[in-house]
Amino acid sequence: MLGRTADGALLIRLAGAWRLSGGLPDTAPVERELAATPAPREVNFETSELEEWDSALVTFLLRVTERSRGRGIDVDRSGLPAGAQRLLTLAEAVAEKEDARAAQADASLLERIGSRTISAGTSLTEMLAFLGDATLTFGRLLGGGVRFRRSDLLLLIQQVGAEALGIVSLICFLVGLILAFVGAAQLQQFGATIYVANLVGVAMVRDVGALMAAIVMAGRSGAAFAAELGSMKVTQEIDALTTMGISPLEFLVVPRIVALASMMPLLCLYADFLGILGGAFIGITMLDLSVVTYAQQTIEAVTLGHLLGGMFKAFVYGILIALAGCLRGLQATTSSSGVGIATTSAVVTSIVFVISACGLFAVVFYALGL
Amino acid sequence: MPGDAHIIVRDLTMAYGDFVLMRDLDFRVERGDIFVIMGGSGCGKSTLLRHLIGLNEPAKGEIFYGRENFTSADRARRVELLRSVGVLYQSGALWSSMTLAENVALPLQEFTDLRPAQIREVASLKLSLVGLRGFEDYYPYQISGGMQKRAGLARAIALDPEVLFFDEPSAGLDPISSKRLDDLILELRESMGATVVVVTHELASIFAIGTNSIFLDPETRTMIASGPPLELRDRSQDPKVREFLRRGRIGGMEEVA
Repeated sequence: MLGRTADGALLIRLAGAWRLSGGLPDTAPVERELAATPAPREVNFETSELEEWDSALVTFLLRVTERSRGRGIDVDRSGLPAGAQRLLTLAEAVAEKEDARAAQADASLLERIGSRTISAGTSLTEMLAFLGDATLTFGRLLGGGVRFRRSDLLLLIQQVGAEALGIVSLICFLVGLILAFVGAAQLQQFGATIYVANLVGVAMVRDVGALMAAIVMAGRSGAAFAAELGSMKVTQEIDALTTMGISPLEFLVVPRIVALASMMPLLCLYADFLGILGGAFIGITMLDLSVVTYAQQTIEAVTLGHLLGGMFKAFVYGILIALAGCLRGLQATTSSSGVGIATTSAVVTSIVFVISACGLFAVVFYALGL
Repeated sequence: MPGDAHIIVRDLTMAYGDFVLMRDLDFRVERGDIFVIMGGSGCGKSTLLRHLIGLNEPAKGEIFYGRENFTSADRARRVELLRSVGVLYQSGALWSSMTLAENVALPLQEFTDLRPAQIREVASLKLSLVGLRGFEDYYPYQISGGMQKRAGLARAIALDPEVLFFDEPSAGLDPISSKRLDDLILELRESMGATVVVVTHELASIFAIGTNSIFLDPETRTMIASGPPLELRDRSQDPKVREFLRRGRIGGMEEVA
């Protein structure tokens, strides 16, 4: 209820219940009055009919106060309940920090595109800097000047090697099975079902084994590395290493890269074997091929070159996954959500790296005639 | 020219991007001081500490350790300078995948030529100095927060540092544990002769241990007072400093007396 008093003040009469559960009241009518000419001399309140109130009232009053003062109109709060007056005083006790809010102001589209571009550039620079640092550290590793704990390395090897066997077995057996299944359906038309062995064997050994192992390890170890390093950052464990003169790159990143790069070729070999086993399962149960025939056909199709090529790819994937995981972990912001973001980003980054590398390898191997 | 003070900060400006946190910081930490960096929450005390140990780079200004310019030193030289520095982080920051003994032992393995058995012995000594004898093979998550802080202290003093930095040593501790930690800090300084720099807003600690201090004010974004805390409380001209320090009159008096 609004009205003017005789001496030109705006009188706001508040009545009834002012509860948050009833929603926040609109200040538009008050603002219209404030903007009207002649402008009110000051703002007064009358609350004899006000029944009950909570933060809804205080929020409303704070907004009215801000709008009035913005127009140079005084607000006389003496008509308000004592509790509301005290809360308002409290809310205004500390002046707003000027640039605390400015930083979060809405940016225009152009500004956002600009800042995204800049941050993409920075992130690329960071990635390259990290890669450079890691390479230098590896240079020192070969010179014997890198310090990390051997027990850490052994534990990591166990984690990314032996403990990953279960999931790699499952995935690769199934992928071999699927490959054989799809291949069989096509080859049956020509009565050439025996070539399922070639298809599965070559595909698994050349590419799919390494790729599947890499994707499993990206989700498994890349994420684990990022989460571990990220939370070490949150708890300042990384800071503690740095100030102690121990490079986190030597102490944390190098053993992870070494572990993954050395285990991935072995996992790949195992993945190849399990994939072929999956193919053989279909060959024997569905296509009535004998174990010996299938094995014979596979051995004839797969060359040592295929096998070594696949293992080399796996080695490279291992380095990429470890790098991506560690990079994202070390970049994590110091909060629990930061660790979550780092983990997600580590998996995405490593899969992107792995698939890009896979494409690159395909082109290079083709050009080299391998 | 920088004199014989242990740490000299000249004209330091700290900023995150364009956001200036503190500017025009100028102070000296003398040898043997217990130097308190105080101020309200969020004014940049811990950030200042991060600058002092090289975790953040100053936007402007320089930091000297003795006569040596720390800010312009290269990475290798910084590592050397930091070898005489021990840091107790706010959360303890123990390496969670290692036992307490391994935590204390790591700096010893890295920077001394001791044999493993000797390292183990020194690590046990450091742990017993902070009252954790017998906890060598516990992991950080198996002990309480106060014990983690003390274990962090044991690690910080592993290499007998000349300067010890403490970031909010009493944060998250009950009054008794935090009093004990204060006593321990005093005791260790006495016996090791180290310079101590403490970041804190705990008045009881400030008066109990501080021999010199600076006061950071978030509104003017600079230091508005420096001197021994007791003197600041009684004689400071600045109402903000007096208000901050006198709030502790009731709680802090017993400790002071």
